[in-house]
Amino acid sequence: MIAEAGHFALILGLVIALVQGTFPLFGASRSNYGLMALATSSAHAQFFAVLVSFLCLMYSFLISDFSVVNVALNSHTLKPLIYKITGVWGSHEGSMLLWVTILALFGIAVAIFGNNLPETLKARVLAIQGLIGGAFIGFILLTSNPFNRLDPAPAQGNGLNPILQDPGLAFHPPFLYLGYVGFSVAFSFAVAALIEGRVDPPWARWVRPWTLAAWCSLTIGIALGSWWAYYELGWGGWWFWDPVENASFIPWLLGTALLHSAIVVEKRDALKSWTIFLAILTFSSALLGTFLVRSGILTSVHAFATDPERGIFILLLFVLITGGSLFLYAMRGPVLKGGGLFSPISREGALVLNNLLLTTGAAVVLLGTLYPLILDAIGGGKVSVGAPFFNATFVPLMVPVLLCCTIAAMMTWKRADLLGVLQRLRFVALTAVIVTLMVLWLQGTKAILSAMALGVAAWLIIGSAVELSERIGLFKLSLTRSLKRAFGMPRAAWGMAIAHSALGIFVIGVTASSAWKIEMIQLMKPGEIILVEDYKITFLGTSQIKGPNYSGIQGQFEVNMGGDVITILKPEKRRYEAERSETTEAAIFTTLKGDLYGVLGEASGKGAWSTRFYFNPLVSWIWAGAIFMAIGGLISLTDRRLRVGAPKLASKPISNAAK
Amino acid sequence: MGPKSRRLSFILMVLVPLGISVALVLAALKDNIVYFYSPTELLVKKPPMGQRLRVGGLVKQGSYLLEDDGITSKFVITDKKNEVTAIHKGVLPDLFREGQGVVGEGHFNTNGIFEADKVLAKHDENYMPPEVAEALRKNGVWKGSEKP
Repeated sequence: MIAEAGHFALILGLVIALVQGTFPLFGASRSNYGLMALATSSAHAQFFAVLVSFLCLMYSFLISDFSVVNVALNSHTLKPLIYKITGVWGSHEGSMLLWVTILALFGIAVAIFGNNLPETLKARVLAIQGLIGGAFIGFILLTSNPFNRLDPAPAQGNGLNPILQDPGLAFHPPFLYLGYVGFSVAFSFAVAALIEGRVDPPWARWVRPWTLAAWCSLTIGIALGSWWAYYELGWGGWWFWDPVENASFIPWLLGTALLHSAIVVEKRDALKSWTIFLAILTFSSALLGTFLVRSGILTSVHAFATDPERGIFILLLFVLITGGSLFLYAMRGPVLKGGGLFSPISREGALVLNNLLLTTGAAVVLLGTLYPLILDAIGGGKVSVGAPFFNATFVPLMVPVLLCCTIAAMMTWKRADLLGVLQRLRFVALTAVIVTLMVLWLQGTKAILSAMALGVAAWLIIGSAVELSERIGLFKLSLTRSLKRAFGMPRAAWGMAIAHSALGIFVIGVTASSAWKIEMIQLMKPGEIILVEDYKITFLGTSQIKGPNYSGIQGQFEVNMGGDVITILKPEKRRYEAERSETTEAAIFTTLKGDLYGVLGEASGKGAWSTRFYFNPLVSWIWAGAIFMAIGGLISLTDRRLRVGAPKLASKPISNAAK
Repeated sequence: MGPKSRRLSFILMVLVPLGISVALVLAALKDNIVYFYSPTELLVKKPPMGQRLRVGGLVKQGSYLLEDDGITSKFVITDKKNEVTAIHKGVLPDLFREGQGVVGEGHFNTNGIFEADKVLAKHDENYMPPEVAEALRKNGVWKGSEKP
């Protein structure tokens, strides 16, 4: 019964979404306030309907109702409770349901927090959200219904892919989807603005918090995914330029660009047309990502058995949504005339450069991701495009982004004094050069690229610190006045400084962990000792282990440093009976200096085991950097400017063409 | 700065990064992509020695062997028509099994043995890498009678 209730609630959600997507749009064009008000109430109703549906599926998982196909295929009675819950979105059907639930969540959030929006804009934004929601609920109902029944019901389920039986599944997909789907709000605002024919600073102020929130979630989602891959796959790597990783990275790059260009619209009333275009592109890339992941046309660690029919359906939705909005953009875009003029050497100019490089970077990643498909389609053979391609193309594009980051933060709007800014940054530059030279001296000339990367990181971190201290007049004013200024400073300025220095922390982690990684593979007998970095590792032996739904072998390795036992690493090999598959659980000893990462391989028969140890220097800085970036974003999100109601109608409509 | 030169500098700002990235991409596509071959295609297309490539197929039943050093494994990749002997130094992925699909990335050494430094076996028992599936399908359909 519960499954049917969930199915029914989802159908109800579809109907409500269609109402939400049509009547308010009509009402807005006729100035019919009754119809426009329908947007808010239907956004509420849609969310509750979809939520009920989602909870029904969760309930079916919790009680292990194997008469539901989705549960039978992806669950098992012995599965721990948390994986019964997270297993809801461990399969295609469930994860699409999570997708629309989050979409509806954003819909209701706009309805609640959007009280200061002009009525027509709010109605239109919510209507576009409704249309997207309707399209995806339709997709679920037609091709991926999670509530389909199985008759007769099996006594036991197939279980969940053991790789997914990990706390990572609890957080990675929801955060990723909060990011992907969150960009739909910026998209809806963009489309609504195109319909209205008006983009002004208040518009940017309304859009920015949503974009920021989505961007923070996506940052966390990607970071969690990479961390999960790092500890679960047992390869010691954290990013593989896998198509699915790229599919989440492209929206992130475009979202980052959007975040920056929206500032220009807000502060200077310029770059409007571009910002709208970027908002459309960002959400489209998130849709494309969904298509790439769900269609299974690309070889990837995420490519579970898939169904081409779904792929075609999503492709159709993608073409419809992206094509439709781009068509609207082509028709109405020219109406959006830019306001503030600026010289190329100005903060606006620097942000334009940032946007250009980030979008070009996104395009390059997209090309690298799709190239195998394109080449195969034209009969050019089967290829794979991996890290070397992206290192040779994407990385050089990002170097100027990082370098300009610090300079741009110090530039003034309209027209900036580049020489003056560089002069203010001369100590930062000097420090960066010293860092580079020191690394070269310590590591030899072969490390030239890594040394330069660390120099760039110093440039970012120290540059942000200098920018902050200049702002608060540190050492120039008395300490109390500086502190007062620090507290009075806009939160967005804090957010920027934190996010930019976080980028530096990230660069340090990436550089050190890839340049100075140590990998050792060997055969070890109990009692044998190996040396990895400063650690002395003794193989103590193996023992049998038994978990709730797996059994396996655990190796024990005593780790010594300076004569003290600092930890015992316990990597495991697990065998999941229900799923008939094995996983390798790496054992990781994390310090700020780096991770000692151990994997138990195969038994060779004479009591010896093949083992693998990595020392990944500063690797946790990668995720710390990502988390600090998100924190920077969140602090920026709390800026008063974005919270307090934006002034209504700051500028007059650019055109009346809307009528 | 007049409006004309301003426009010019903006155009330059757009064109320079675009030009650089196009150049980067073209250079990278020439050198940094890895082609996939089935054992049969290897015989037919004969990629140059030492080139980095991917070879995929099924792990031949009974071919897996762990050498005495305990870390070098040897196995045969087959598409049921032709086969390639591969070695891999390191720990094989969990889903590596005889009779299952596998993709190795690496190069051929002078003895004609494929040295795979990366071995991919997918984390789903029902899943076959699309390249492998197609390579096998081709062989099933063609029966070796038609064009290479």
